[in-house]
Order: sequence, then C-alpha cells, then structure tokens
Amino acid sequence: MAHVRLDKISKKFGSHTALNNLDLDIADGEFFVLLGPTGAGKTTTLRLIAGLDSPNGGGISIDDQDVSGWSAAERDVALVFQYYSLYPHYTVRQNLEFPLKSKVRRMSQQDIDQRIAKASKTLRIEHLLERKTDRLSGGEMQRVSIGRAIVREPRVFLMDEPLSNLDAKLRELLRSELKDLQMKLGATFLYVTHDQVEAMSMGDQIGVLNHGRIIQVGTPQQIYNQPHDVFVATFVGSPAMNLLPTRLDRGWAEVVPGKLEFSVDKAAGGRAAQLAGPVTLGIRSEDVMVGMNEAVEARVHGVENLGVEKVVTLRVGDCLIKATVPARLELSIDSAVRFSFKQEKLHFFDSGSGNNLYYGEEKRNG
Amino acid sequence: MADIVLRDVEKYFGASYIIRKLNLEIRHREFVVLLGPSGCGKTTTLRAIAGLEDIDTGDILIDGKPVQALQAADRDIAFVFQLYALYPHLTAYENIAFPLRAMRESAETVDRRVMDAAKALRIEHLLKKRPGALSGGDLQRVAIGRALVRRPKALLMDEPIGALDAKLREEMRTELKRLHIENQATTVYVTHDQVEAMSMADRIAIMNDGVLQQVGTPTEVYSHPANLFVAQFVGSPIMNVTKGAVRPGDSSTRVILGDNDATLDFPQRLYPMIVDKKHVEDELAIGIRPEGVQVARSQTAGHVPVEAHIIEPLGPYDIVDLKFGKQMLRARTPSGYVAKAGDIVWAKLDETQTHFFSTRTGESLQIRL
Repeated sequence: MAHVRLDKISKKFGSHTALNNLDLDIADGEFFVLLGPTGAGKTTTLRLIAGLDSPNGGGISIDDQDVSGWSAAERDVALVFQYYSLYPHYTVRQNLEFPLKSKVRRMSQQDIDQRIAKASKTLRIEHLLERKTDRLSGGEMQRVSIGRAIVREPRVFLMDEPLSNLDAKLRELLRSELKDLQMKLGATFLYVTHDQVEAMSMGDQIGVLNHGRIIQVGTPQQIYNQPHDVFVATFVGSPAMNLLPTRLDRGWAEVVPGKLEFSVDKAAGGRAAQLAGPVTLGIRSEDVMVGMNEAVEARVHGVENLGVEKVVTLRVGDCLIKATVPARLELSIDSAVRFSFKQEKLHFFDSGSGNNLYYGEEKRNG
Repeated sequence: MADIVLRDVEKYFGASYIIRKLNLEIRHREFVVLLGPSGCGKTTTLRAIAGLEDIDTGDILIDGKPVQALQAADRDIAFVFQLYALYPHLTAYENIAFPLRAMRESAETVDRRVMDAAKALRIEHLLKKRPGALSGGDLQRVAIGRALVRRPKALLMDEPIGALDAKLREEMRTELKRLHIENQATTVYVTHDQVEAMSMADRIAIMNDGVLQQVGTPTEVYSHPANLFVAQFVGSPIMNVTKGAVRPGDSSTRVILGDNDATLDFPQRLYPMIVDKKHVEDELAIGIRPEGVQVARSQTAGHVPVEAHIIEPLGPYDIVDLKFGKQMLRARTPSGYVAKAGDIVWAKLDETQTHFFSTRTGESLQIRL
C-alpha cells in the first residue's frame, strides 16, 4: 500500500511530446482513475510508474522514495492489462502461482497456497483453479489476471483498461467487483480508461488527461459539476453537455437572436452579469427544463428513448439543444415545445481558450 | 420504399442453427433495429435480406414478392457497413455519385441527387475531399450518402457507427434518426448496442442464439420484456434479477427475495394472479430495474432496512448497491441521496415496475400490477 507521486514528468517519443510537465498525487489506499481519449498519454503514464519506460524529465516517488532508478521488479507494482496475458496451457492455479515462484521471493509452498486460497476466494474463482485458462470466459480470464496481481500483494495496482474487451453486462458487473475489491484490500489503485462511466462509477479521484496534460483532478462530483474547461465538460457525462456560442451583455445572454435570449442575472452566483462579449454557454441535458410554461419555444428535432428517460433534441433556429425528460412524456417530431435553462446550472466558458470562467481559476493560477 | 417480410426463415451451419424459424414483418417506412449479442444471427439475417447470404428454408418477401431468386443487385436495396468501403482515389462527391453514374443518370440528375444527399447529411463542405482527408464520422456520412443517393427501396445498415468514439456515436444517432424521418426509407439496422436500438428504432427485434426473442417498440421491450434475456439485455444499468417466491398473506402477497433474505408486501391480488398462471409459487425470478427500487433515508411504511454498499456517482444520479440480506439490488437515486457506503436506508420495490419470470423457462409471467 503506497502513496504515489509524479513530479513534473515529461516524456517524448522522438519529436512527439507524450507527457508534458505532469504532476500527479495518488494517496495511499485511493482508487485513482486516469481518464482521457486515445493518445492522451494514459498508458505512457502507467508504464512510467511501472518502470517499463523512463521519463525524459521529472521524478517518480512511491512512499516518498525516489524510484526513478529502480527496475520494474524492485518497484513492487502490479500491472493488469486489457488483454489477459495468461499462460494458455497452464491451469488457473499455475498462473496464479507463477509470480510467487520467482527466485527473488523464495516463498514456501504453504504461503503460496495460502495466498492463492485468499485471492481466489476474494475473486470468486475457487471453482476454476484446476481449469486451463484457454477454457475460461472473458470475464473469468480477467478475474484470473487480477488474481495474479493480487497474490503478489503489491504496493500499487496499475490497471490499463482491464474491462474494455468485455461485453456491456459483464463490464457493469466487474466495475462493482473491482471497486469492492479495492475497498476490501484498502489498496492503492491507478486505473486507466477512456470510458467516463467507469471513471465516474469507480474513482475516488479522477484525473482528466488530454494531449499529455492533466486538465483537472477531482472527485467524480467535482469533475461533473465544476468542469475546468469545455474538454472536461463534454468528455464527462452522457449525453455530452450542450455548448452554445453566446453573446453576453449586461446580464443578457443572446444565443439565437430574437429566439433564444434570456437574463443571466442569477447565473454563476450573480457573477455572469458582469461578463460582456462572446462566451460559450454550457448546460447539461438534465438542467434543461421542458414544459408548457417555460420561456422559450422550440421544435422537437429528435427523440431518443432510453427506457428510464428520454433525451429530446430541441431546435431553435440552427441551434440544437439536448434535454432529458421523463420517459412517459410523449413528444412528436417537429412539434412545438417550450423549454428553459436552470440558471444556477449554467456554465460559462471562454470562447477562445475554452476555460471555465468560474471554476478554472486555480488551474490557470497554478 | 418497401415492406419486408421474413417468413419461417432458417439458416443452418452444419447441424447448428444460425437462424431459427424467424418471422418478422418490417413495415413500409419503418426503422427496425435487429439487436443482440455477437453470434445471435442478426447480421446473417440482414445479409439474407440483402441477398448476400442464402437461406435454407422460408421466404423473404419485399413488397409482397419473394426475392430469393434475385441477385443482391436486383433487389434494389442499399447496404451500409461498419467499415466505410469508399473509393480512396475518388472525392466524396464522386463516391456519392458513383452508383448514379453506374446507372447512367444524366449529369444534371447526378448533381441534384448528390447535393440533396449531401445537404441532408450536412457534408456539403466536404464534397471535394478524398476519403483520406475525412474523419471517421464524415466517412460514414459519405458512405450513407452513397447508399441514399440511389433512393433504394430499403436501407440496410450493419453497425454503421460501431467504430466511432462515444461522443460522435451520440451525435450520429440523432442524425441517423433525423435522416430517416426526412427520407422515409424503410430501414433495417443491426447493432449489439442497446442504447442505439432504444434511441433510434420504431421497433426493436431482439435475437439470441438465432431465435427471435421479442419484437416491440422501445417502450414495450424496456417496460414489458418477454423473458429474462430481453430484460437483462435492454437497459443500463442492467435489470436486477433475484430468485424469489410468493406467499399469500392476510392483507397482502408476501414476496420473498433470495433464501428468505427479505420479505416485501405486495398487493393481495398478486398471489391469485400467479396461481392463475398455474405457476409454482417458488420457481420465480423477480426482476426490477434500478429506478424501480425506491429508497428512503428514514423508516417508511412498506420499506425494509437495507445496507448501502457501493455508491456509483454517475453525475445526474447515483447507482447504489443495496444489500437485501445476501441479495444485492441496485437502486437509482438522486445524486448524493445516500451519503456513504455502510449507511442503512429503507427500500421497497415499486410494484408497477416489478417483473415476475419463470426460473424454469425464463419467460415473463406477464403480470402487470
């Protein structure tokens, strides 16, 4: 169990900068999720911590010890990949024993058996121990891969999209299981994914990574409710946050002239009234209210029935806005509806940089 | 524009079925989604409609006429694949124009139709570009443009947006549905993604192991799944299912979850309804979607005390694992409603959203309270 720190890490591949001055602080016993699109630098970060690659600059410490010069084996971290990397001709038990039988460890068979018994009970794979791994389902293989990490009792678990090859139902199940496992073990987890649902549902803390930079670190609620920029705002949450190019003047927002205009006196704690000029307005679909008595008229452009609720796309001029409405609400295509935005839920982003004008301060100052 | 009828269609591979006794009617101008896991037979069905695959028995009729004897090219159907299959050396314009040129349409007609399709797909500004310079979403728009430009009787799509990233998929869903509304082409769309199916389909046909499980509107399959497979394939998070039993009570029906893990009071009329179905009262699977599990923070009549386990904050709402004894059921609550793991809260199952299935057949008992 360990506290992991990355200090001003840079990593280049040829002329390509994969990571740029990356700071990361992962507390002991924390489930930390590194979230970002393909190519953001997530896997590179993981490999640097594991000692499979070295940074071009900056330091990595585990429990306040600089591990930069340490080999992968000395760092005592365990990696779990998207692909199972199990030995196909061996049984589950043999696969689990493997990391414990290294000469460095010199563990007694009794200790080995004990660890395997404990890990397989935690993962509910006791009944699979004598089975060969090529006869396992995807979910079982991934459990065994995780088991092989657990038996080592490493200081840190590093997981690289371990669920992305599994079908939706299994992914959902294993999400809960992994979170449960981490809570039981009290272990430090660094989990890499491009799936915002995984990040939100499992992370104690989420670090959002894009183009080799950390954009924001926070709890799922902070990331969702106070996104630092339009990238975080639209990457997290489904449907993606509505972004509307808007002109602000003396507390008045003009989105579609003559059709979608409203006062923002009460938005952002009254501070929005002081803004003037072009901004990008952000509003999540669940904060768009649809009803007969709302202020603005729109046409129904599309309706997506998700069972538990519907996502309706509203059209005002050329502007499309998504709203979440109860499933029982019947809306026909191209019919007229009325809507308005929850003032206190409006976000204001700089139309050039995309920074959140009210939550981004710390990032820009720091 | 066309209606498509599949009558007793079967397809075998050696001794095993790929499609078994499939009966499905796709109406003129309808958007039907074939939904199921990989290997369920949905793509084979689509390819059989297109004429890319032979069937062993049964009939496929388009506008009332059997089409088995017709070549794919003669069925007047357009097919859009997951991979774009565009000509790399031709511009987007020429790719879209290609089928029309093959039909020797006049230059004027070609131009008008290409521009119409481009406008509908909002790719007018991309027409001079070659596929190599286009993004994944734009490539798929061009591929769809090429399918639409012929004005085929029907449009068949095989996971057309499966390869795109999540945000783009979301955008394309809205666009494809909109396009259908404007174009009115009969559409058969194959996917394994239940969100795509729910959000775009007029009706969903759910397949598993080559067998059609249920056909219905999104609301029907979500709210009244015909069996356990459909119940757990459609909806996210998945429907909670636990084994259970019912007992007659003094003024209620007692619904027992798991092995006496929790007992909940349901309306008295439930018990006779189950007896009416001549069903054994112990061989039940009880299903409830997370939004049907009602949670209160203090003791409430009809609710039982349960321990909160994992809380997944998903933004607009939380998914909370609740321990009904040994049975874990997931509930959907307002964001932050249950403060932390380990808290005791009070829960009940909304009777109108509770499903009863036979554990023997997996079929729904079709009880609606």
